[in-house]
Amino acid sequence: MAILLLADHDNSHLSDQTAKALTAAQKIGSDVHVLVAGSNVKAIAEEAARLSGVSKVLVAEDASLANNLAEPLAATIVSLAGSYDTIITAATSVGKNVMPRVAALLDVAQVSEIIEVVSADTYRRPIYAGNAIQTVQTSEPKKVITVRTASFAAAPEGGSAAIETVSAAADPGLSSHISDALSSSDRPELTSAKIIISGGRALGSSEKFKEVILPVADKLGAAVGASRAAVDAGYAPNDWQVGQTGKVVAPDLYIACGISGAIQHLAGMKDSKVIVAINKDEEAPIFQVADYGLVADLFDVLPELEKAL
Amino acid sequence: MKILVTVKRVVDFNVKIRVKADGTGVELANVKMSMNPFDEISVEEALRLKEAGKASEVVVVSIGPAKAEETLRTALAMGADRAILVETEDQVEPLAVAKIVKGVAEAEQPGLIIVGKQAIDDDSNQTGQMLSALLGWPQGTFASKVEIGDGKVNVTREVDGGLQTVELKLPAVVTTDLRLNEPRYASLPNIMKAKKKPLDKKSPADFGVDTRPRLKVLKTEEPSGRKAGIKVKSVAELVEKLKTEAGVL
Repeated sequence: MAILLLADHDNSHLSDQTAKALTAAQKIGSDVHVLVAGSNVKAIAEEAARLSGVSKVLVAEDASLANNLAEPLAATIVSLAGSYDTIITAATSVGKNVMPRVAALLDVAQVSEIIEVVSADTYRRPIYAGNAIQTVQTSEPKKVITVRTASFAAAPEGGSAAIETVSAAADPGLSSHISDALSSSDRPELTSAKIIISGGRALGSSEKFKEVILPVADKLGAAVGASRAAVDAGYAPNDWQVGQTGKVVAPDLYIACGISGAIQHLAGMKDSKVIVAINKDEEAPIFQVADYGLVADLFDVLPELEKAL
Repeated sequence: MKILVTVKRVVDFNVKIRVKADGTGVELANVKMSMNPFDEISVEEALRLKEAGKASEVVVVSIGPAKAEETLRTALAMGADRAILVETEDQVEPLAVAKIVKGVAEAEQPGLIIVGKQAIDDDSNQTGQMLSALLGWPQGTFASKVEIGDGKVNVTREVDGGLQTVELKLPAVVTTDLRLNEPRYASLPNIMKAKKKPLDKKSPADFGVDTRPRLKVLKTEEPSGRKAGIKVKSVAELVEKLKTEAGVL
């Protein structure tokens, strides 16, 4: 039977998380249908149809689907589930919110945040903040899976799948959307950035964080991240947090500045291709995972780095 | 309104876990155990809602081994009114946990259930969402702000890219994120008082729930490590290496 991949989007664009989850889906089976659910999402459906390896795109449009609310979205996914034996999506905040609801409504176990497809029914996933990796096998009649996208390459474009309209399920009427407070920025998104520069508690204040980290980020065209300590101290907003409970990232280059390297933080960035650590403390655990370490005061070397770039 | 809060006994977040050499799991013998940090935040939020006059009683429930009584006593010492231990020595998957808590909710009739967004052992992040699905209730996951209104609750959620606020009809399930609050410490007198607070013991069978696992764990292993690289002496050397050796600039 076919695989249903829930597209991740913000109602204007398909996120590149979908292309990465598609790569995972294709390792499970070859017939992948993408569901684009939302309001006025035809253009997003067309983007999805161009992804290589998609055999069909389903579009469900309804006002109740406009804000990715879990209750109506889960109802629509469940209404389509009969034709699929696998339902999969990226482990974004939308995927993490809706998929367990789908699994429970189907009375099946979910496999969360897989990092590798071993075979069609067997996957590897991190537990204990990535300090152990479990290999799990499911024999559920329907497999419900979320994908840690940092572990999969994005599927390329080049497809031209047919787009089919499906009806949205009736809104259960349990929830409504009030507002979004999304941080607007010209910088790339953390989860899709090629380069990330992150700051830790050593920055000392929100002003210093901006003054020292942001110019280098602008020079590099990098996304900005932060350790949990820096976020908890109020130096950086919460959606910048990289780590077990924040975002899991795997850019080509990750520059950790004044970050000691707590387990929780390493869990969020250790799959980066190249890691640079800048820290005054040469014993800091971050150096144990860094490809290039510079033992120095970040307030001295970051302005220097900005000039050198 | 009564608030039901779930708590789980897990390996303390400060402990560096060890994977068993035979690949059968993680070493749990003689390891410090504590309440899951997100569950501490859940208990704290319920207590604050009670202190603000929005709730009348805070009931805590745990599904786990006999020793999970200690975790429940911690919640009682923080200020919860009574506790329910659904005792089982088995590993219980999120779906079965959700089914048991649903049974507890049907008996207790809470107006709000607060669940930690994930347990830091299996990192599943499923139970709250599954519970609300089984009850047919709305869900407010990854909450950083909870405001109770008349027959409804407004939940501000931490989502990719910022915050989203949703309005949910009560009864509802809320799952807590890190920045919702800072949990209190239990005082010594409260720890003594907690020993006398009521704690009911039940079993999964009391709720007709089969806890046999649906997933088969084939093995558990150490992640492939990353080797430490080299130390560079200057910014110039760093930029040079990133350009020529690593090729990322």
